[in-house]
Amino acid sequence: MFKLLNTSVLLFLILFAPTNSFSAETEGYSCFGKPYETEYSANEYITHHLSHCVVDSPLGPIHIDSVFYSVFMAFVFLLTFYAFARKASAGIPGKGQSFIEMIIEFVDEQVKDTYHGSSKTIAPLALTIFIWVFLMNFMDLLPVDMLPKAGEMMNIKYMRVVPSADLNITFGLSVTVFLLILYYSIKIKGLGGFAKELAFQPFGKAMLPFNLLLKVIEEIAKPISLGLRLFGNLYAGELIFMIIAIFTAGQGITYLFDIGVIPYALMQFVLGLIWALFHLIIILLQAFIFMMLTIVYLSMAHEEH
Amino acid sequence: MSLNATLLIQMTVFAVVVLFSMKFIWPMIMEAIEERNKNISDGLAAAEQGQKKLSEAETEVNTLIKEAKLQATTILDQANTRASSIVESAKSEGTNERDKIISTAHDEAAQELSKLREGLRKEVAGLAVSGAEKILSREISASDHQEMLDDLAKKL
Repeated sequence: MFKLLNTSVLLFLILFAPTNSFSAETEGYSCFGKPYETEYSANEYITHHLSHCVVDSPLGPIHIDSVFYSVFMAFVFLLTFYAFARKASAGIPGKGQSFIEMIIEFVDEQVKDTYHGSSKTIAPLALTIFIWVFLMNFMDLLPVDMLPKAGEMMNIKYMRVVPSADLNITFGLSVTVFLLILYYSIKIKGLGGFAKELAFQPFGKAMLPFNLLLKVIEEIAKPISLGLRLFGNLYAGELIFMIIAIFTAGQGITYLFDIGVIPYALMQFVLGLIWALFHLIIILLQAFIFMMLTIVYLSMAHEEH
Repeated sequence: MSLNATLLIQMTVFAVVVLFSMKFIWPMIMEAIEERNKNISDGLAAAEQGQKKLSEAETEVNTLIKEAKLQATTILDQANTRASSIVESAKSEGTNERDKIISTAHDEAAQELSKLREGLRKEVAGLAVSGAEKILSREISASDHQEMLDDLAKKL
């Protein structure tokens, strides 16, 4: 209970707190243009790496870098799986098809263990979340400066390559899941049944306002905790890669020819490797947790109490 | 850092991706997996059935062989008994035939003997009569003494 309230407070802070000093808004939406040719201090380096490439749109500002990599990963997922789905046959499967089928059967098993309804949406939804979130998380394992540097060469000043370290992306997923929860709750229990569940549980009719408060918080906490969990893990992971990268402050290539920087570069490599290996577990685990909780929440939405 | 229109774009993309995977990815792969599973289970069932049939056939063959063996021994026994009975009957027939031959031979011999004896008797009677004729030197009517001579002949 306390945890749920805590997450809501955190969300409140994120939504309504004054913009952070390192956010792109303070510099205007000047995503494109010649990058500064100055050397970075450690603080500037991290600030630079935590700034999104923001463009304006009729709907408001858009983190175009997050959208790009998110959509890119969606394409990677869809095209890979579609290629195998199109030539899937009941004959002897090749190695690739076996791998894809292994993933599908793994997801199917998780869904069948938890969810006993008849909806044909839950399993593909779980698969999509698992693979897509994993792929977006996987961007974190690319060398932290590689794509932003390449972007700078193409006059893109700011670029964050890990979509799941962007709150908009994680909330985009979790809010959609939340809408599905509402949809299935109303579809299965009816509007009255769902309202009754919100109002009369867990303490009976006498405590109606308190029940309502508790239930509404419980429901709202689901997408918030989902989104924040993924965001927090990936954001922290990204930040640690940046902190490790401070050893060479993002200018490793130019400094590599300098003998004096070699120990720092080696240090960065070793620490980066250790954290990457550890982070590999985290990104897989977070993708799995997101999928699992989605299944659990949706099966809860299907059950009558 | 704050939430903005990216959220809406992400939600739209998410919906599209889920719809795509729901329509074009999941059902196809699932279908292939299920069909293969069915094929495998069918194959296993068929193999099991084949095994069962094989063992059934084996037991059947065994019983057939046993029956055939039994039949063969009975036939052999029957043949043996029949052979011995044939031999037995042939033996007894042979014995009978021999006995018959012997008895007929005996009869014939006895007849021959009695015939000879009759002849002899008649000859002896004639001889005796002629002897007596000579001895008595007188003619004794044969008819007078026929009765006595017949008596004599009978005693021989």
